[in-house]
Amino acid sequence: MTTEPITSKPRRKVRNFSLLSNRAGAAFMLPAGLLVSVFVIVPFFWVIFVSFTNRTLIGRTALNPEFVGLGNYLALFDPATFFQRGQFGFSLILTTQFVLASALIGQALLGLLLAWLIQTVPPWVKRITETFVIAAWILPEVVIGFAWFAFLDRDQGTLNALLTGFGLPPGDFLLEQPFWVIVVFNTWRGAAFSMMLFNSAFSSIPPSYFQAADVAGASSWQKFRDIGLPLIRGHIVTDLILITMWTFNTFTPFLLTNGGPSYRTELVSIYNYRVAFQDFQFGKGAAVGVIMMLINLAFALVYLSLGRKKAPKS
Amino acid sequence: MASVEFKNVSKSFNAFKAVSDVSLDIGDGEFVCLLGPSGCGKTTSLRMMAGLETPTSGQILIGGKEVTHLHPKDRNIAMVFQDYALYPHMNLADNMAYPLKVRGEPVQKRHARAREVADVLKIGHLMDRLPSQISGGQQQRTSLARALVYPAQVYLFDEPLSNLDAKLRLEARGFLNHLQRDMGMTAVYVTHDQAEAMALATRIAVMDQGKIVQYASPIEIYRRPATTFVANFVGNPPMNLVEVECEQGEGQLLLKGEGLTMQGLPMTDAIGKALATSGKKLTLGVRPEHLAIAAAGASNTVTAPLFANENMGPESLVTLDRGENARITARIFTDDHLNVDKVVTLSFLAEHVHLFDGTGKRIPVAGE
Repeated sequence: MTTEPITSKPRRKVRNFSLLSNRAGAAFMLPAGLLVSVFVIVPFFWVIFVSFTNRTLIGRTALNPEFVGLGNYLALFDPATFFQRGQFGFSLILTTQFVLASALIGQALLGLLLAWLIQTVPPWVKRITETFVIAAWILPEVVIGFAWFAFLDRDQGTLNALLTGFGLPPGDFLLEQPFWVIVVFNTWRGAAFSMMLFNSAFSSIPPSYFQAADVAGASSWQKFRDIGLPLIRGHIVTDLILITMWTFNTFTPFLLTNGGPSYRTELVSIYNYRVAFQDFQFGKGAAVGVIMMLINLAFALVYLSLGRKKAPKS
Repeated sequence: MASVEFKNVSKSFNAFKAVSDVSLDIGDGEFVCLLGPSGCGKTTSLRMMAGLETPTSGQILIGGKEVTHLHPKDRNIAMVFQDYALYPHMNLADNMAYPLKVRGEPVQKRHARAREVADVLKIGHLMDRLPSQISGGQQQRTSLARALVYPAQVYLFDEPLSNLDAKLRLEARGFLNHLQRDMGMTAVYVTHDQAEAMALATRIAVMDQGKIVQYASPIEIYRRPATTFVANFVGNPPMNLVEVECEQGEGQLLLKGEGLTMQGLPMTDAIGKALATSGKKLTLGVRPEHLAIAAAGASNTVTAPLFANENMGPESLVTLDRGENARITARIFTDDHLNVDKVVTLSFLAEHVHLFDGTGKRIPVAGE
């Protein structure tokens, strides 16, 4: 009884401090709430519903879709065709390789390396590096897609012009090495985020930590291994989860390769697009979407639980 | 252990001259304090010794070898930082043993050595704790242990005690003094606390605006401050400085000021020269501990209204008000302060008088 007023008092105080009355707040929330409902929440459930039907764009099932239960899901995971090119399993494995190579190794490692290197350079070098890397990040997708397409073009492309200029044989990279093209592309595109995150993480370490190590006789590598890396471990985990999710969902490589040639760069997002909007199999496409959603959900849960674990400490 | 030498060292940060043309020689086994107010260039000087800053011009020698552009790790020095710079993810054992780890010592050997040092510093029982789990004083000793764990040529201290509370600071200061006597290490110690410098140093370099104003033993700095700046900076409370009008009598210098009566000081060549260059206005200095409540018939006295009377236990501070920024403080070690009136007369001996010329430079008085 005696403790009750003490605990309830501060809570009431917090609630009293608000910019708007509850009613005015609700009024301001309403437009955004409606938009989110119409364009996010309703489609979310709609997709789940559609994934259990054989709905298509044209033909009999466009008007009268039938409920097929888990049919779409079973078809996606059919062991007979699962690993074939252009099938769901092939896309999923390709996406996993893509995430490993371009996000975890490419973006995170390159970002970490760049962030560490620009800690010690003169400020103007640091600013120029940051500007260039961030420029790659803020340009619109379509512009980037076209720029890379122009860069890699077999006949008129900048890369082949450079190669022949140096006396090297030109190549048709989009046809010969499509997977590595999109890996390099996505690494280039996303390294900025990791670099900025790690850069700010490194900057938050007191300089005296590194100076003490300098005086104690540590080499640059020892400082990185013993002080830099352990102190930004939390940031690294955050970064890896975020870029994994983003790379898993990315659709931009479609602008470069159209998922081809012969499905060799068909990531799950592109596979999903083809099934739903080129083959017009809405039911099957929705099933792919739901699976992608579940995979994202798993990543998001890991991310959130890590965030919660960190919260009470700080 | 080794000597350290600065030859005409300057350091600028863009337009700001942090250190200008400083020359300093620190002998093997000396404990030198760089003393001065914040922004005087003392920390920059120390960081140049460590190699954390590069001089704009000049040379730095450690053990007779030029190190001006050498990386810190190639100088074989140890340093204690103001914020301790303990690694939050390592326990105390790993923190202390880190300099040995980068030297490739096996883990057992380096932990044994860290333990040895920690035991001396009385933190041996905390080896498994993280820095966040120990007190400020223990953190300070851990950072000291990390510096002592390997044999360095020179030990550098950047205000290592300034983050401690007053009581712990006294304790740590005594311990550092003991350590220096024990090890005979060459040490350079930056501080803005004149008491710390007086207590620890074999020599003090008083710095102001990027220059060394005086470089001498603590007792010399206390007895014969080279300028009014040093006189004002060293001593607690600082030396009383009073502007006086001077007149030359028969072989004597007569000093006149409000409420001041003084016997003439014997004339010297130095006083004559100062009078010729800076006119009649000189500065008279007397330390608070050399002032006493005047007895009847005292010959050198100053009289003014009482401003404050603070009892500190063993002593009391009696402050007289001669107008704005012209207060005089006396440290009274007797019970005389109990009987002071609204107007107080303080007395002092002629041998305790300091004289400074118009530019603030010390004028040697007779017998110096």
